[in-house]
Amino acid sequence: MAGELTSRSGVLPPPTERYTWLGWVQKNLFSTWYNALLTFFSLGLVYAILKPFTFWLLTQARWEVIEVNIRLLMAGQYPVEQLWRAWLCLHLLAATVGLSWGIWVRSRRWAGIGLLLLPLALAAFPNIGSSLRLHLLAMDGVALIAFGIGRLGGKSLQRTAIGAWVLYFPLVLLIIRGINSGKGPFPIVGTNLWGGLLLTFLLTVVGISFSFPIGVLLALGRRSRLPAIRWTSIIYIEVIRGVPLVTILFMASTMVPLFLPSGIRPDRVLRAMIGITMFSAAYLAENVRGGLQAIPHGQYEAAHALGLSGFQTMTLIILPQALRTVIPVLMGLFIALYKDTSLVVTIGLLDLLGISRSILAQPKFVGYQHEVFLFISLIYWVFSYFMSYISQRLEVALGVGER
Amino acid sequence: MSESTSSAQPIIIARDVNKWYGHFHALRGINMEIMKGEVIVIFGPSGSGKSTFIRTINRLEEHQRGQIIVDGIELTHDTRNIESVRMETGMVFQQFNLFPHLTVLQNITLAPIWVRKWPKKKAEEVGMQLLERVGIPEQAHKFPGQLSGGQQQRTAIARALAMQPKIMLFDEPTSALDPEMIKEVLDVMIGLAKTGGMTMIVVTHEMGFAKAVCDRMFFFDDGLIVESGTPEEIFRNPKEDRTKLFLSQILTH
Repeated sequence: MAGELTSRSGVLPPPTERYTWLGWVQKNLFSTWYNALLTFFSLGLVYAILKPFTFWLLTQARWEVIEVNIRLLMAGQYPVEQLWRAWLCLHLLAATVGLSWGIWVRSRRWAGIGLLLLPLALAAFPNIGSSLRLHLLAMDGVALIAFGIGRLGGKSLQRTAIGAWVLYFPLVLLIIRGINSGKGPFPIVGTNLWGGLLLTFLLTVVGISFSFPIGVLLALGRRSRLPAIRWTSIIYIEVIRGVPLVTILFMASTMVPLFLPSGIRPDRVLRAMIGITMFSAAYLAENVRGGLQAIPHGQYEAAHALGLSGFQTMTLIILPQALRTVIPVLMGLFIALYKDTSLVVTIGLLDLLGISRSILAQPKFVGYQHEVFLFISLIYWVFSYFMSYISQRLEVALGVGER
Repeated sequence: MSESTSSAQPIIIARDVNKWYGHFHALRGINMEIMKGEVIVIFGPSGSGKSTFIRTINRLEEHQRGQIIVDGIELTHDTRNIESVRMETGMVFQQFNLFPHLTVLQNITLAPIWVRKWPKKKAEEVGMQLLERVGIPEQAHKFPGQLSGGQQQRTAIARALAMQPKIMLFDEPTSALDPEMIKEVLDVMIGLAKTGGMTMIVVTHEMGFAKAVCDRMFFFDDGLIVESGTPEEIFRNPKEDRTKLFLSQILTH
């Protein structure tokens, strides 16, 4: 009891646990005899799995299949003499990411260095050719310069950076597709030539940027007081959610032409984009609706009492809060969309997965599945993780769950 | 305060206001005339319709029969009328209802910028003046979640005042507050009442506030006005048994 009294008399710092490296090992790995047993068992298991894998990775894997086909994997049949346009997009991306990093993330050194290391690691591959290497190094240079500008500019550049992100994706579509059929610097490249990671990206970008506004509108529509709008939204959402994406892609590629006049034939990539957007919008709508329902009624009342119109209440008060709460779910949806674009293989498009399969179908590369699939898995993972990381940073920056 | 009553110009007129929730008859014929600059306290047991009535004045609740005229504008289904009435009336809620994604100052400047179309700079100047007035200028750039209940409610008062309304409605402004914070909010409201010129309708059980500043009191029960009068009449000499009973219940504690 005496101890209790003394501790009450003064304000004490919270108790801290400190241990040495060895102490940590003992507490977490060998605290009891069965924990020690489990530790040894796990170590053995990890060793048994990792050893043959590492051995294969370093000595047996034949990475020349990636080196020879790197251009196909990255850009499909996109004309070689126009490939600089894809690089232009990547340099623009490096600049935008670098700028945003400098403005918002600043102190996150390790993640930033990791991002810079990625092109460096790729540039370190022995047989990729000097122009590719040069471009990769240039990307890092561009990103670093933009990072510096972002750090110097700080808050005053925020609007510029947001504007750059908004403009980036339409601009990329324009650069990749081209403007004129004639000789100018940006001749049109038919979508039938788009492929590889480039196609995967474009499907993802179009899917996200169109399904987001459509999904938000559907979510609002489902809560509308007007029965016609409400029921249209409900029917759309429920029908789409009841059908697998593969089916929607098949229908988009076979049935869309039936509904259009015979002269108009939207190309296959466009049809896939429409299918993915339609599919994603329905799921997005339900997630956003969940966010809308979490907003207390008092927020509407306060906004109305101040004289805000219904539209202003939605855009200034309700949606910012609703969307903020569903950021984690939306990011999950976008990551799923990115990976689901691989289903366009079923309608014959050569995205990252499709082009891999067509490479493996060549007699020269039979038996190279392990290397190719490991490589494209890594690519899928890197970008999925990047999106996940952005989501976490956004949550911290916007104070999700805190205010 | 009551000097301005002499101008005898009703700013709010309610005639035979009726409201039903399903089959429940929440307001059963309310008649009230409030003069410009008057400070009114409405009190009564819970479920008596006092909150419902104050919320019909800016159309957060719709009345189904009768007539409500605010500053010469009748409240009907016409949204333009509703919007112009809402521009003239500020409201303070029991649960504060601040916008959690905006800072204190942004909460205050939002409506002046978007509804009154003031330039941002002017709105922020007025916002800071109001924060001085309610005593929390140092909190301007915090988010509502970082403030105490009393500070949040004072922000809510500043937010309502920023639209420069002619009428302020207070719907149980201190009921959700811890006891030590009630005084800071009441002080702001008393200050507002003593400045004069502002028509205030306050639903509250804070009888100290009523005694200090209000001109007239209305006792609501079962969706009816049971009794009304000056604070002196109500406290010294209540006529109705229900008023006596209710006052004895809230004043003995």
